[in-house]
Amino acid sequence: MTMALPAYNFAYLDEQTKRMIRRAILKAVAIPGYQVPFASREMPMPYGWGTGGVQVTAAILGPDDVLKVIDQGSDDTTNAVSIRAFFARVANVAVTTKTAEATIIQTRHRIPEVPLTEGQTLVYQVPIPEPLRFLEPRETETRIMHALEEYGLMHVKLYEDIAQHGHIATTYAYPVKVEGRYVMDPSPIPKFDNPKMDDCPALQLFGAGREQRIYAIPPYTRVESLDFEDHPFAVQTFSQPCGLCGATGVYLDEIVTDDRGGRLYACSDTDHCEERRDAGHVGSEAFTGARP
Amino acid sequence: MYVAVKGGEAAIANAHRLLADRRRGERSLPALTLEQIAGQLALAVDRVMAEGSLYDPELAAMAVRQSRGDLIEAIFLIRAYRTTLPRFAASRPIDTGKMQIERRISATYKDLPGGQLLGPTFDYTHRLIEPDMAEDGPVEAPASREPADSGPSPRVTDILGDDGLIEGDGEDDGREPADLTRSPLAFPASRDLRLQALARGDEGFLLGLGYSTQRGYGRTHPFVGEIRIGEVEVEVDLPEFGFPVVIGRVRVTECQMVSQFTGSKSEPPQFTRGYGLVFGQLERKAMAMSLVDRALRADEFDEERRSPAQDEEFVLAHSDNVQATGFVEHLKLPHYVDFQAELDLLRTMRKVDAPVTEDEPPHRDGRSPSDPSRRDAAE
Repeated sequence: MTMALPAYNFAYLDEQTKRMIRRAILKAVAIPGYQVPFASREMPMPYGWGTGGVQVTAAILGPDDVLKVIDQGSDDTTNAVSIRAFFARVANVAVTTKTAEATIIQTRHRIPEVPLTEGQTLVYQVPIPEPLRFLEPRETETRIMHALEEYGLMHVKLYEDIAQHGHIATTYAYPVKVEGRYVMDPSPIPKFDNPKMDDCPALQLFGAGREQRIYAIPPYTRVESLDFEDHPFAVQTFSQPCGLCGATGVYLDEIVTDDRGGRLYACSDTDHCEERRDAGHVGSEAFTGARP
Repeated sequence: MYVAVKGGEAAIANAHRLLADRRRGERSLPALTLEQIAGQLALAVDRVMAEGSLYDPELAAMAVRQSRGDLIEAIFLIRAYRTTLPRFAASRPIDTGKMQIERRISATYKDLPGGQLLGPTFDYTHRLIEPDMAEDGPVEAPASREPADSGPSPRVTDILGDDGLIEGDGEDDGREPADLTRSPLAFPASRDLRLQALARGDEGFLLGLGYSTQRGYGRTHPFVGEIRIGEVEVEVDLPEFGFPVVIGRVRVTECQMVSQFTGSKSEPPQFTRGYGLVFGQLERKAMAMSLVDRALRADEFDEERRSPAQDEEFVLAHSDNVQATGFVEHLKLPHYVDFQAELDLLRTMRKVDAPVTEDEPPHRDGRSPSDPSRRDAAE
């Protein structure tokens, strides 16, 4: 049995598909926070592993772009490595781990600590794009709710949190309102990252492959986390600095170091942490947490 | 070691090498050939083609081999390849009435034009593991290997239709059939779109749903009007020729389920249809599909939609096993940023909820909330 070996287009997707995705992106940019249905393709990685983000990246990637891929804030987690290697292979683009050098950053679950700049594009991988999904499972219903701007259910949910716990018990994928109109799921980033979305100079694109939706936040768009006047939105704070680089005001990972309750808190954004350490910043655990 | 997934690049490369080694297995044994897989594991290949939505036995055999026999993985390989292929035409509807029949049974008529033909079926075998299967013993030649020409074999639904006892089969409105691989799924979905989704849906999922309709969750009182398996010609209209051209043949399994209907204001009492059609010899899948298709048509017959199998959004959103397996399995990807956020929240809540720690029994990990090691929780 013999067969012609398949040949792939630049950035894997054929040009028709890219055009279809670009049309969806343009519509998404024109209606900030609105979920645009698109004919998501099967990708050579599984659904739920970033197929939406990969399709968006593939559609906007040009030969001169510099790509950075992070997962959990890190360039070196297995799925980030896999996606970066995919684009290095099918698009032969320059890749980087440095946030400032990248023109396109594909991310899962974090926004980099270094503020993004004009001309950069942040591409989010989104598992469930519908912020109302767990309040109303039916797509036919949630689309109507968005159309009528009927977000009472969401506020009731947040209110019930306060009534029950004294505070809003949502810590990630914390819903936002975009430009005063659409309630939007920011993807499962910690709410710590929510304020970075507001008035951001970079273009933010969201791709949900399995759910066939693309949405966007154009540069300098108002993004507010939902809250109440007497219970204003607040981000997570950490009581100690990064154990490796001493940074404060950043999101930290808790790393179990032994079976006696030992913990190391270190920057989730590994590029940020490394740059700080290269610049001479040292945390209290920098030498016990030996790096390979 | 500071982050367990450090060195991801080298780890991935090594894992892939190990996987390739395990896939090949013991080197002193000959490797499986594609001919062996396509010839002797034909039903696995059929399933990969059906749910992969691509009729290519060689490619499907390759995928089965590459996936070590994990059929959903093989289906995924086929899908990821299929999606890169151009879609150049929609074929004319295949005519299963003109099928080269290998198997054809009806549960509604004892005998009918063209006759009943058992064909290569597991039905009526006794499920005893045959000692012969341990070796490659001689196998008797069949009485007939080629489909016998038993004259015209009209479909049972056509026989019923001639008497006006079953609903019509729909009119050709000249519209191209819907294609969920080229436009996003939207609800409510048209029947052609639903059938496409069911035809490539997971066999196990549809089997369970079909079964549930038999147990009272959306009961439809079905009879197998007919199941037929065999090859049909695929024709496309080429504008240059002005007449349809046969571009190939595919083996399909068709199941026409005949269901009860008591009639409505506008319709007399008549039988209704549930339809199943899949690539290859996949009778279980075709039958399950026809049950679910009929259940999903509840609205057409003013039936109350109360069961999962009647719920279009539920069925169509969850029937694709490539989507399902991806999203279920993505849970093994790192989630430690979100988990960290939940950990903080949990600690905060426990601090608020448990002001008195003296009387509290130790926690499952043997530590009480006042333990110094957990005092570093978020503020």
